[in-house]
Amino acid sequence: MTAISETKPLATPTAVPAWFKQALKMGLIGGIIAVLIALEGMVQAFNTRDIVSGVVSMGIIIIFITYFATAYVAAAKSGVASPAVGLIIGALAGFIAALSLVVLIAVGQVINIGGMIISATPELYDLLTFKQGLTTGSLTILLSGLGIGLAAAIIYLLPKAIRQALLYGLVAVLLFGLLQDLVRVTLSDFDALTPIVKFLYTSNGLSNEGTIAVFVIFVLGSYLQSTRGALVQSRVAALPSPARMTLKWTGVVLGVVLLFLMPVLLGLYLTDVIDTVGIYLLMGLGLNIVVGFAGLLDLGYVAFWALGAYTVGILTSPQHATGIIHNWWLAAPFAIVVALFAGVVLGIPVLRMRGDYLAIVTLGFGEIIRLLAISDFLKPWEGGAQGIQRIPTPAIGPFQFVTTQLNLPILGQTPFQPQQMYYYVIIGGCLLGIFVASRVKISRLGRAWMAIREDEDVAQAMGINLVVTKLLAFGLGAAFGGLSGAILASKIQSVYPQSFGFLISANVLSLIILGGMGSIPGVIVGALALVGLPELLREVGDYRYLFYGAVLVVMMLVRPEGLLPEARRRMELEEPRAEEVSASTQEPVRATTTEP
Amino acid sequence: MPLKIGGKLISLTDVAMFIIGGLILALVVVGSIATLLHGKYTARQWMDLVVFGVALGGIYALIALGYTLVYGILRMINFAHSEVFMSGPFTAYFLADAWGRSGFLDQNPVIGLLAIFILAMGISTIVAVLLERIAYRPLRFAPRLVPLITAIGASFFLQYFFRGLYGPNIKVYPDVPALKGNITFGDLNVTYVQILVIVASFLMMAVLQLFIMKSKTGKAMRAVSEDKQTAALMGIDVDRIIVITFVLGGALAGAAGVLYALMFKQVSFTMGFIPGIKAFTAAVLGGIGNVPGAMLGGLFLGVAESVGPNLFLDGLGIPAPYQLKDAIAFTLLVLVLIFRPSGILGESLAEKRA
Amino acid sequence: MKARLGLVLLLVAAVALLVFAAACSPAPAAQPTSAPSGGQPAATTAPAASAKFTCTDKLGCVDIGPTDPVHIAYEFVTSGDNSTLGLDTKYGAELAVDDAGGKVLGHTIKFDGQDEGCSAEGGQAAATKIAADKTVVAVIGTDCSSAAAASIPILMQQQGLSMISPANTSPALTDPAQHVAGYFRTAHNDKVQGAVAAQFVSTQLKFKTAATIHDGSIYAQGLVSVFVDNFQKAGGKVTNQEAVNVGDKDMKPVLTRIAANKPQLIYFPIFVAEGGFIASQVRDVPGLEHTVLMGADGIFSPDFIKAGGKNVLGFFWSSPNFAAFGSGYDALVAKYKKKYNVPGVLAPFHAHAYDAMNMVLAALQKPGVVVKDADGTLHVQKQALRDAIAATKDFKGITGNLTCDPNGDCADPKIAVYQETADDLAKGQTPSKPVWAPGGPDYTPTLLP
Repeated sequence: MTAISETKPLATPTAVPAWFKQALKMGLIGGIIAVLIALEGMVQAFNTRDIVSGVVSMGIIIIFITYFATAYVAAAKSGVASPAVGLIIGALAGFIAALSLVVLIAVGQVINIGGMIISATPELYDLLTFKQGLTTGSLTILLSGLGIGLAAAIIYLLPKAIRQALLYGLVAVLLFGLLQDLVRVTLSDFDALTPIVKFLYTSNGLSNEGTIAVFVIFVLGSYLQSTRGALVQSRVAALPSPARMTLKWTGVVLGVVLLFLMPVLLGLYLTDVIDTVGIYLLMGLGLNIVVGFAGLLDLGYVAFWALGAYTVGILTSPQHATGIIHNWWLAAPFAIVVALFAGVVLGIPVLRMRGDYLAIVTLGFGEIIRLLAISDFLKPWEGGAQGIQRIPTPAIGPFQFVTTQLNLPILGQTPFQPQQMYYYVIIGGCLLGIFVASRVKISRLGRAWMAIREDEDVAQAMGINLVVTKLLAFGLGAAFGGLSGAILASKIQSVYPQSFGFLISANVLSLIILGGMGSIPGVIVGALALVGLPELLREVGDYRYLFYGAVLVVMMLVRPEGLLPEARRRMELEEPRAEEVSASTQEPVRATTTEP
Repeated sequence: MPLKIGGKLISLTDVAMFIIGGLILALVVVGSIATLLHGKYTARQWMDLVVFGVALGGIYALIALGYTLVYGILRMINFAHSEVFMSGPFTAYFLADAWGRSGFLDQNPVIGLLAIFILAMGISTIVAVLLERIAYRPLRFAPRLVPLITAIGASFFLQYFFRGLYGPNIKVYPDVPALKGNITFGDLNVTYVQILVIVASFLMMAVLQLFIMKSKTGKAMRAVSEDKQTAALMGIDVDRIIVITFVLGGALAGAAGVLYALMFKQVSFTMGFIPGIKAFTAAVLGGIGNVPGAMLGGLFLGVAESVGPNLFLDGLGIPAPYQLKDAIAFTLLVLVLIFRPSGILGESLAEKRA
Repeated sequence: MKARLGLVLLLVAAVALLVFAAACSPAPAAQPTSAPSGGQPAATTAPAASAKFTCTDKLGCVDIGPTDPVHIAYEFVTSGDNSTLGLDTKYGAELAVDDAGGKVLGHTIKFDGQDEGCSAEGGQAAATKIAADKTVVAVIGTDCSSAAAASIPILMQQQGLSMISPANTSPALTDPAQHVAGYFRTAHNDKVQGAVAAQFVSTQLKFKTAATIHDGSIYAQGLVSVFVDNFQKAGGKVTNQEAVNVGDKDMKPVLTRIAANKPQLIYFPIFVAEGGFIASQVRDVPGLEHTVLMGADGIFSPDFIKAGGKNVLGFFWSSPNFAAFGSGYDALVAKYKKKYNVPGVLAPFHAHAYDAMNMVLAALQKPGVVVKDADGTLHVQKQALRDAIAATKDFKGITGNLTCDPNGDCADPKIAVYQETADDLAKGQTPSKPVWAPGGPDYTPTLLP
């Protein structure tokens, strides 16, 4: 890139330098994004919330972040021949991005686009111009674009350690501001931590002192980590082996203790998020057997979740004549068996189908189960649209699911609620699931699945019984879904057919692929990312799924192999890479000969 | 020894599948006979149901063409195609609404409708091309399921993006006076809109088929569909062909979207999801990757949804059978795929490759 | 080893700094007493004689610092197909906050909330998030009855909050056997509305046959079953009980099915999208050219009239009686359209949400609910607030005179029947005057197709 920027002006002296074009291009892209953000209504929606109380509102900050990112990327992409050029590139890109907003405001004054785009109201223009009128406001916009662009370029040009530290600090302030409700809510569970909350936050956003504190701590922390982190690691590595073992085991014990104390430490809301993650994790483990191990694409996995939930509901709810088992622990095994059986039965007709034919038929199965659940036809047995209520909790003896008060050392009194108790049931289910899945994976059966995944015909030729192996994958995978559904039904104490749409299947599939198909740690990471994320994104309100979709795309683009791919997959990935190389070597061919 | 057992079990599978297929078939036949014996519906009502189904199927078919095209070239399910379908008519609504109110659509229905079609097709095409550029092209050599996930993500993003722009409420297309009224063939009433949908979908399918079979670009598309590497070696610009595919798919989806809006009047940000799933089903039913197959699949699905619940379930005494029409559609899909595992018109080659 | 030590020391120092700074920042209780900031009437505040307030309320108190806002949370569906409903209720409640000047008891109102996703698990997650926030005083929500069922144990039983729903209509929620204290609603119980509709059809229209369609939602399915029960009790015959799915477009097949039995009326108390499809397609089906159509408040909106077109002429709705409160409602709609730039009206429950918010604000201002310290600190007593809402009587809301019964039903039981006139249709609006109300004068048949 640098080579081009130097050689081009030589060839054609009058031509615009490449870096200028680059800055222009990036600035325009950034500008379009800024305009779209404004037209999406985010500025108005977020304006009521402050990042730093009384100083910067979230609505304006998204626009500023856009300028910053535009200028930063522009500077980074151009390769920067000299610091001066870098500064110009940054400032130019930021300026052009800001200019796009000014153009939007100007257009908005002439044509009323509010009839089409609901957020293009005078209020928006008012906010964008910082409530300073058109001329002064527009100038302020341009200046802020210029300034932020310049700042971004300066940060880019700083030495790596400082740059990273500054970026971490900025991101930390942003996150603490964005997730203020979450941080506040989590910390305020404990009386002892209330002063910290009071120090960090006012009623709306970070306080000034809090902002500085967060920034300083993260800048210093990141700086030390990048300058001294490697040193610490090497010191640990240099420790004598017994000491290292002690360190390792301390870590393990600490991890187990933390896992056990998690619901108390995380508080009510985050524990509930973890509960949801756990329920999806169980489903992910099951679907991972079908898709990840055996390579059978299943788009209707939600069916087994529904079957598990409904089995428990029908068997335990006192609303129904069939509600004869009043104990969840006795009903849950039925849910697993019903799901397993359904998995095998639904597996038979699709034994011959491959790839996308399999995908659409399984999708169909998922829909059929949902439609039957909602139908008037089955209403006498399972409630139809009205669902099933009053499903019991998994209480045993003294372990009842009611709110109790805990008195903790240091942290003081804190309530302990049913959602926090469910954590133990769910984590138990997940540990069981992880154990079973990882044992099966390395068993003879697991290897047979992987053989089928790689090549069905070869696997069969090697003497693998396709029918039994595939049906076992479907059945075992479904059983996990059934258990997950049984826990879900008890946790929300009700079952409604509306809960079992296609999007659940899509979500579970996404999480195992995002995590790295076939990898069990991958499923855990994927579940945390994809189920935890929308919960954290509650902070962005109505834009939750907009961000969710964007993040899903970006994550897959950045790491197509998944966050934690399994070892075998990683090896396989070399193969497509090779294809890519060969494709790029064909570039000259493509360039010289056009179409026949 | 194990091979033999395996071989034996495979044939047992055949038996099991035929039993399942036979059971579904028997249920269908018994239900139909019971309904027909009951004689609750007149022949005319049955004919009406078929006409409704054909019109609906025409729209499914048009969307299915987009799925099939992309699948044929890239071997990937473009889940975001339903959002491509939504974006065009949702945007064109504002033009239609303005002209509907100013009376322009009454005076110049042909120009007006043409402009609406062009606008919708343009927007859908832009969305489709951007989708390919941003979400799919960087992943062309990634594992097969990865683009599926970006497609799901893009689908979420586009839905909520358009909701943010135009708002969440349902928008209603204006009545086009020129499309009011109907033709009567004996007992049969067919509205102009239905005729427009059926004719337009057949026309577009024919043009598309001709384009793929006869034109140079079409030939290149088929070559890329067979083998990307070899096609590139033959001097075909694979990237360009893929973009053209998305342009075609997007334009068809935009056109289908306007036809849909003319027939059903309502557009909203979630309008794409269900037709999208149905169209994909139709594409698979007909043999994915196959243009006439997509057409056939769409029509089959439309008619099955329209006639099926009355014909199969009424006689069995099942209450509110129309609630289960999608279940019928999917059951028929399973039935077809049991007997023809690669769709009605799909080649057995597709099974190997998929 | 040295480096690690340095890192640890630094972190310790940072934390110590933070704690020290926190300790130095003034706690609200220690603040010097200044003059009360708000100009709120003194009636709302108990005598603030003792500087230290001790909470004696059975469910506990929410303390609000002198400069902190009064936090009211919503739990609405703001994503997916049903977000029309959720945004509509959210807007309605926000307008009530605006109309109160954004303030109550001299404190600003903070109104934010969570997406319940119209599902039980979404409702539980949203309710847990709200429950974890100790600043929340009361909740407006939910939209969907399934979300309510999962939220009530958390918000009412674990947390001792009060919640008013503007859109739950499922009879189970206020069934004496199942009702949970602290749950209220301004939406109409399906039981009342379905019965009025059945009564109108059998006693006023004097029809003997009717067909019903629901869409698999709890709302529609509930209304239909109440209608069917009452209609059959009155001697009517229900020829078809059909159902469609949310997202269906082609209604002609299901209508053809109904046409075979030639009912006098089709009752479809569903939502705008599918209701619009039925209304716009019904006359194309041979045999249904003259069948009378009836819906409920879910489609009592201009959007439905637009979607249904000329077929809506003569259409009947059962809906709360807006007539007595017409001017207030019109003003609300005008504000709504101006603020949110929405052409037409989104969904049917914005007025209920407006009333729900006003009920909460009124209850907060009742004597003995909130204790106000001299420095402006508020102590909201949860049980007292709950009792104050439960004691709501003859509250002049937009949806009627609201009075809460012991089971939490606060909606004005006055449901009336409306009919679309040619004039209203031309203007694309819903009728403003009912044609019949239970106990009122008989309906004079007009516009029957």
